[in-house]
Amino acid sequence: MATTLYDKIWDAHLVDQREDGTCLLYIDRHLVHEVTSPQAFEGLRNSSRKVRRPDLTLAVADHNVPTTDRSKGIDDEESRIQIEALDKNCLDFGIELYGMNDIRQGICHVIGPEQGFTLPGTTMVCGDSHTATHGAFGCLAFGIGTSEVEHVLATQTMIQTKAKNMRVTVNGSLPTGVTAKDMILRIIGEIGTAGGTGSVIEFSGEAVSELTIEGRMTMCNMTIEGGARAGLVAPDQKTFDYLMGRPKSPKGASWETAIDYWKSLKSDDGAKFEIEIALDAEDIAPQVTWGTSPEDVLPITGRVPSPNNESDTNKKAKMQRSLDYMGLEPGMLLEDIKIDKMFIGSCTNSRIEDLRLAAKVANGQKVADHVDALVVPGSGLVKEQAEKEGLDEIFVSAGFDWREPGCSMCLAMNADKLQPGERSASTSNRNFEGRQGPGGRTHLVSPAMAAAAAIKGHLVDVRSFNID
Amino acid sequence: MSVKKFDKLTAVAAPLPLINVDTDMIIPARFLKTIKRTGLGQSLFHTLRFDENGSEREDFVLNKSAYKDAKILITGANFGCGSSREHAPWALDDFGIRCVIAPDFADIFFNNSFKNGILLIKIPQKEVDDLMEVAERGANSTMTVDLETQEIISSDGKSIKFELDPFKKHCLLNGLDDIGLTMEKEKKIGTFEENQKVTQPWL
Repeated sequence: MATTLYDKIWDAHLVDQREDGTCLLYIDRHLVHEVTSPQAFEGLRNSSRKVRRPDLTLAVADHNVPTTDRSKGIDDEESRIQIEALDKNCLDFGIELYGMNDIRQGICHVIGPEQGFTLPGTTMVCGDSHTATHGAFGCLAFGIGTSEVEHVLATQTMIQTKAKNMRVTVNGSLPTGVTAKDMILRIIGEIGTAGGTGSVIEFSGEAVSELTIEGRMTMCNMTIEGGARAGLVAPDQKTFDYLMGRPKSPKGASWETAIDYWKSLKSDDGAKFEIEIALDAEDIAPQVTWGTSPEDVLPITGRVPSPNNESDTNKKAKMQRSLDYMGLEPGMLLEDIKIDKMFIGSCTNSRIEDLRLAAKVANGQKVADHVDALVVPGSGLVKEQAEKEGLDEIFVSAGFDWREPGCSMCLAMNADKLQPGERSASTSNRNFEGRQGPGGRTHLVSPAMAAAAAIKGHLVDVRSFNID
Repeated sequence: MSVKKFDKLTAVAAPLPLINVDTDMIIPARFLKTIKRTGLGQSLFHTLRFDENGSEREDFVLNKSAYKDAKILITGANFGCGSSREHAPWALDDFGIRCVIAPDFADIFFNNSFKNGILLIKIPQKEVDDLMEVAERGANSTMTVDLETQEIISSDGKSIKFELDPFKKHCLLNGLDDIGLTMEKEKKIGTFEENQKVTQPWL
């Protein structure tokens, strides 16, 4: 029978299946961070349980770390306690940890691929919804809660029922100035934030094949914003080239055997998808969100929509609430929206290609006087690479603030946040009310669009900058 | 460790007629800097419940005296979308909410809630609308949720049946810790690992 990529990875990890369809799935890789793990380790201690496979587990502090000089430790007591708890838990349970001052430290979804910890055909979990990122490698990756983190630590398995197969095909090639971020925002606008609920989405089509691995990561990262449990892209030569020689990638003869297996990881012709969506890449323009849900998205050339044009009463009420929160009037041009802050970073867009793209826009320009612009690399290694290429100098001389790696203003757990009423152009993944600080207003965009907005002081079509 | 049991609950139901209530709305990230599961109830729906000065917003449903003791929440589609933070169900539980009724829920939040003994019920929009109307009656809007018979009985005596995964129902009724259940399958897990060592030695 013709099967999908998701079916294949699922079947290869099935440990047990109950009569009612509940399955026990083996987990090959587990990423752990400081915010969603302390209670899981506490649970293990209370039940005198051990970590079954510390060798398949990798920990890093990212959500809560300061992005300013941290050689002297953390001022915020609660943050410090959480990070110290991670240190202690990793030591007690024998888990490898990249500490706050390790060059390999960074956002868990940046360091997993960077280290070759993420591999095709594997299952991965992490107590973070953006674990979907790793699907870019054909790795079945789920975000889970703390109880499930504890379950995986104790048993290296998780209890799941099989999701539906959904496929999103993007035909054709992306136009100049349009990125993977615009593509996934456009898809979420199309299917809605619950469009993928109960499904695993496989992304395919020419435009997806043409994306770099980092672009695919950006795309899979936001699958959860479309409600899906996981996103997948079939591995190809680009995947293998990316992984070759990474510290945790297979080596020697093992590498050859692995590649043979990885090449078999794709959906068969005629495999059945319960839901199919298709889009044309040529129709996608740079995207920007106007509301408080990632599905509230439009091309930058558009105008703020009007609730009067919405017939569904629940949606109409939500739209009005979003506009009130965002301080926007229906009908105004999106390009007329002024910003106060700009954030380039997060597990969605903080990798070297994101920084290169933003630097191209920023090169020789100046950040508008009224804008605070923050660039937060995804990991110590990304930061190091960017500095080798002189990107930091481009940013700094254009008036951007160049920081240490971490999750930062994506979720405002550390000092990087919006003040009430402040508005940002942000390369992160959620524009929820209060996400970047209480009362903060977020417009989600690509790194190129963010840099362009910082320079102009308002949302703007990056295609007017004429970069290729 | 056992999980809180859920069998039958009779309590006030609070109406929260919003769609896409996300986990940042349920509990903002700045309250996640804790290493405990308890005490998060005070931060539940923080932005909706409190103004900039920390005073209760009078118009928010859970601040109204009729709903202070609500244990059931009736709400809109896609409740719990966003992050995987289990602090969201911990906050609901700590506040006293043991059951949420909506047309549908986000996947991760759905799983997380059951692990904490909170029953989430999916019923069609039309039935949610009816219950929302009943819940608007304030302290008189007591409802009974019976997990065994899988029905909701509203204060006007109307019964609504709901569907639930049998395994989730079994665990919730008996307060079962699923780590314990999985550990009974340790031999199968060991066998899987042995096989995988042969088929995918690079892992």
